[in-house]
Amino acid sequence: MTVASAEALIPLLRAQLAPYRRRILLLLALQVAQGAAVLYLPTLNADIVDNGLLKGDTGYILRLGGAMLAVTVVQVACTVGAVWCGAWVSAAVGRDLRTKIFDRVQTYSSREVAQFGTSSLLTRTTNDVQQVQSLVLASFTMLVLAPIMGLGGVVLAFSQDVLLALALLVVVPALAGLMYLIVRALQPIFRTMQRRVDTVNRVLREQISGIRVIRAFTRDEFEERRFAEVNGGLRDVSLRAGRLTSLMFPLSATVVNLFSVPLVWLGALRIDGGYMQVGALTAFLGYLTVILVAVTTATFMLMMVPRAEVCAERISEVLGTESSLIPPADPVRQLPEPGYLELADVEFRYPGAQDPILRGINLVARPGRTTALIGSTGSGKSTLIGLVPRLADPTGGQVLVGGVDVRNLDPGVLASTVGIVPQAPRLFAGTIASNLRFGRPEATDTELWRALEVAQAREFVEELDGGLSAQVSQGGTNLSGGQRQRLAIARVLIRRPQIYLFDDSFSALDYSTDARVRAALAAEVAEATVVVVAQRISTIRDADQIIVLESGEVVAAGTHDDLLANSSVYREIVLSQLIEEEA
Amino acid sequence: MTGEFGSTGRRLLAKVRVQRAFAAMLALGLASITLNVIGPLLLGHATNLVVAGVLGQQTEAGTSKAEAIAKLERQGHDALAGLLRSTDFVPGQDIDLAAVGWVLLIALLTYGLSGLCWIAQGRQATKAIQQSAHQLRAEVQAKLSRLPLSYFDASKRGEVLSRATNDIDNVVQTLQQTMSQLSNSLLLIAGVVAMMFWISPVLSLIAMIAVPGAIVLTTVLGKRAKPQFDRQWKAIGEVNAHVEEAYAGLPLIRAFGHVEPSAEEFRKHNEAAFQSSYRAQLFSGAIQPMMNFVNNIGYVLVAVVGCLRVISGTLSVGDVQAFVQYSRQLSGPLTQVTSLTGLVQSGIASARRVFELLDASELEPDGSATLAPQAVKGRVSFEAISFRYEPDSPLIDGLSLEAQPGQTVAIVGPTGAGKTTLVNLLMRFYELTGGRITLDGVDIASLSRQQLRSAVGMVLQESWLFGGSIADNIGYGREGASREEIEEAARAAHADHFIRTLPDGYDTVIDDEGGGISAGERQLITIARAFLADPAILVLDEATSLVDSRTEVLVREAMDRLSQGRTSFVIAHRLSTIRDADTILVMENGSIAEQGTHLELLSADGAYARLYKAQFAAPAV
Ligand SMILES: Nc1ncnc2c1ncn2[C@@H]1O[C@H](COP(=O)(O)OP(=O)(O)OP(=O)(O)O)[C@@H](O)[C@H]1O
Ligand SMILES: Nc1ncnc2c1ncn2[C@@H]1O[C@H](COP(=O)(O)OP(=O)(O)OP(=O)(O)O)[C@@H](O)[C@H]1O
Ligand SMILES: [Mg+2]
Ligand SMILES: [Mg+2]
Repeated sequence: MTVASAEALIPLLRAQLAPYRRRILLLLALQVAQGAAVLYLPTLNADIVDNGLLKGDTGYILRLGGAMLAVTVVQVACTVGAVWCGAWVSAAVGRDLRTKIFDRVQTYSSREVAQFGTSSLLTRTTNDVQQVQSLVLASFTMLVLAPIMGLGGVVLAFSQDVLLALALLVVVPALAGLMYLIVRALQPIFRTMQRRVDTVNRVLREQISGIRVIRAFTRDEFEERRFAEVNGGLRDVSLRAGRLTSLMFPLSATVVNLFSVPLVWLGALRIDGGYMQVGALTAFLGYLTVILVAVTTATFMLMMVPRAEVCAERISEVLGTESSLIPPADPVRQLPEPGYLELADVEFRYPGAQDPILRGINLVARPGRTTALIGSTGSGKSTLIGLVPRLADPTGGQVLVGGVDVRNLDPGVLASTVGIVPQAPRLFAGTIASNLRFGRPEATDTELWRALEVAQAREFVEELDGGLSAQVSQGGTNLSGGQRQRLAIARVLIRRPQIYLFDDSFSALDYSTDARVRAALAAEVAEATVVVVAQRISTIRDADQIIVLESGEVVAAGTHDDLLANSSVYREIVLSQLIEEEA
Repeated sequence: MTGEFGSTGRRLLAKVRVQRAFAAMLALGLASITLNVIGPLLLGHATNLVVAGVLGQQTEAGTSKAEAIAKLERQGHDALAGLLRSTDFVPGQDIDLAAVGWVLLIALLTYGLSGLCWIAQGRQATKAIQQSAHQLRAEVQAKLSRLPLSYFDASKRGEVLSRATNDIDNVVQTLQQTMSQLSNSLLLIAGVVAMMFWISPVLSLIAMIAVPGAIVLTTVLGKRAKPQFDRQWKAIGEVNAHVEEAYAGLPLIRAFGHVEPSAEEFRKHNEAAFQSSYRAQLFSGAIQPMMNFVNNIGYVLVAVVGCLRVISGTLSVGDVQAFVQYSRQLSGPLTQVTSLTGLVQSGIASARRVFELLDASELEPDGSATLAPQAVKGRVSFEAISFRYEPDSPLIDGLSLEAQPGQTVAIVGPTGAGKTTLVNLLMRFYELTGGRITLDGVDIASLSRQQLRSAVGMVLQESWLFGGSIADNIGYGREGASREEIEEAARAAHADHFIRTLPDGYDTVIDDEGGGISAGERQLITIARAFLADPAILVLDEATSLVDSRTEVLVREAMDRLSQGRTSFVIAHRLSTIRDADTILVMENGSIAEQGTHLELLSADGAYARLYKAQFAAPAV
């Protein structure tokens, strides 16, 4: 993970706002016009009172009133225009940031995802972006107006009395310093806060995904307590943040208010000494009010800064993290040996682990042939299978697909060459059809039905309410285990890859369905290269080569008969399953 | 504004109002505002003192006020004469700096005190809001445990999560940014309006002409903004749902070359979020400038009518001036209130989504019959049960079966036959639509779910572990289990060996995504977890489907030992797993096709025999 820079917000925003430069310029112009109107209106107001009202001149009032309304119309038009620009740009910044994060995470391997944690990535994509977006919106509506009014106020104050105005030069930096201190103090608090939002997200997410287990073991109360803990943690840090944040408004207003008191004193002394007019003092106090409004407005925006800053840090962290799967510099698109799969002296080690999970694996699979992998639980079968579609890169040796190292292969070509049925079927929320079309959106209904037929899933899909368009819950929880597995098989068939990888894909099927699926498959994928991981001897007995994996190493390879004759490990496996045959 | 908007707002406010800090917040706000209004009056008084001094300097000592004025008028200084008339001064006397000093000191104290009250108010507001947010999150979590599983079947995880985090967060921020401001502004408005009516009811009514206009404007624009805010938070929920699924399924998405379509789908939701969020801000953001316009119309009208009334002699100039000042003062808080409309609407839209979740229909309340957990014998009978997941497709119809205490009942059958469903019903994950299930003769529907489930230990077909250490995951089976018990359960499940080879042993942290250990190893851990639970009834749904056959033989022995003396239900496809069961049920299409022991069923040469033979008669791919 890259170390986040302390100031992430400005660079992030600069990059995000660049494409909208013209709209922002328009916004600035509109805001300046609006600011001018805001400063001009009080003058007109005063004029109406002084020269119209006090003199009883109705005509003058109507004339100036008309002018005032005209200025207001301009002001309204400018403000609405500015609101439009601000709303547009801030929403666009939010959208672009979400897209960037999403696109970046899509390139991640499981390693980077695990590093951040799925829940944290999720928070960063929506919640953190939302904070930055809110800040942008607030700045656009206030950032321009506040300085205009503040500066206007200061300039007008100087025009009244230089010495008194100089006093402003004390209070404004003091105020700025105070605000800076608060913002600084808030940052670590918000950093903790966003982390705790992650945690709340993670715990809730687990409680939803593990709901059956929680209920089965009646751990609702335990989970309630577990949540109460993280929830309390979030509340505590939010309280700390809230208390500090809530200081900002009263402090800034009170500082300005308190400041006005010695100002009157100083004014009185200067008037007493004959250096200043009474009218100047009254006017001065009026400008102080303008400055006060500017300060409060700026504070309103400033309140959002610390959290947005932290969020920007977290977003930049994601955007600055490169995938450990380095994309090929010069991707190969033509495969010299289609359908050919080779693992040459492959070693795989999880980052930080002492021993490699796979060692010296050599394996060659050819089109039209079936290679079976068998081995005890945790021997590294799934890890090995995962190297082929490049879910991870080997730490030693090479994985060659079609004669090309997968690291040099174009990702699209690799994905269309290799088809995998993972050990956990993992279906997505949607319909049967959307799940089947996963990876090949253009597949026709006929193709879907054909694949379902091969996977022995046609019958049950036909019976479902809606057939192909029947709803599938997230993770396929509204289907039976075997139904999920068969859909996962059909899903890969639709893609028609050259190399099929079946990772224990028949384990949830009863034997007769299993047999039917495999018989249909044999015909369907006869031309393709097939790698099967299985625990059932019956599944792999007729494979062209069987590879026995033990603790990450190939301990034997050959046909069923070879292995029965030569491999004690294989014999043990067979024996453990033979008991039932003899019974 | 619309009734539904109001009701959500009221409900939200009710949550905040019950917090003790809320009343304190209002009281402190009132104090701070009052002091804050007094401040300028004091400053004004100080200025008057200064003015009096200046005038005193300019007039000769010893003359009376009336004389001084008359003199000035004679000299043609009409304006100054007017000023003198309205000022309380003593001719010839300088600025009374001591008096000014005193007034200013009081002003200083007033402002200081007002600031302190304000700060205290902010703290109370924060407390009230954060307590409410905390409670809201807790309610959402508690709600999750009362929702039927069908709710989760029908919704996406990321969508529910978005309500619990993004929406609640938005509600909090809305409250935080608006509550103290809103209450202060409203207090101020009330005060100023009262002053205005006190001075001139007629002018006040004229000034209020703008109010209907404001209401119409706010309603029209607010109505346009509302659906956009609703859409915005819905879209954020959908983005969250898509992202959650996409991040969790990342390896598969990449392996299937589905990156582009997935990104496409993401962009669709993201664009919807953009469109609605920008429109919502536009409509709600336009309210404030429009209000300014309406305000200014009112201002001009007041000035004109006020002027006419002065000419007709019904009002004094001073009163009109004061009135105009107040109506100008009014526009500040009024603008502030309207500028908060967008925030409030956004918060309400989110609150509505949270309440929607809280209002989802819950599980039927628990029964009250009791059953001592230690005394559970484990006689289970299904009496003519019927069940369907979808209202119009019956799955199980009139199924009956009986398991005696200590018996092992094996359930086999083709995939999708309804085996897992049977277990779901026993556990009351779903409720029967007909018939009843009894445990030791007591209808399980009359028991509390907690009681029922603590009598049953199970290994689900889908192995789920949470993010945490392996020891904690096994320990999940029974609260308060010691490390020795955990390790013993792991040994029984033959998980001990592999756990010990992990770098941190039992303290190795695994994640809830299935990373860190192999699929078979996960299954062994879930078995250990069920062993640890030590229940009266054991349910094993395909518990060893991913475990290699050599390990399985060993685990099965342990299971056999464990199921001694308890009723167990075993679902398995590998028939070797269940050969020794007391009864084997063959399920087909939701009903029992055959029933008997292994040998009985083999000799009957029916469905079971066919399944059994299939095991050995299959070609490889
Ligand atoms: N939550 C659910 N909502 C709707 N339908 C469901 C749900 N769970 C299961 N079904 C449907 O009920 C039927 C029986 O499913 P069940 O999971 O009981 O089968 P099973 O016998 O356990 O199969 P397998 O051996 O594949 O696990 C299937 O057709 C399935 O699609
Ligand atoms: N993210 C990880 N970090 C460290 N070790 C891991 C990680 N994932 C898996 N392992 C370890 O790697 C080994 C091989 O795992 P793999 O999933 O390849 O086994 P497998 O042969 O597929 O087993 P099964 O038959 O249970 O599916 C296991 O011992 C497991 O504990
Ligand atoms: Mg595996
Ligand atoms: Mg099942």
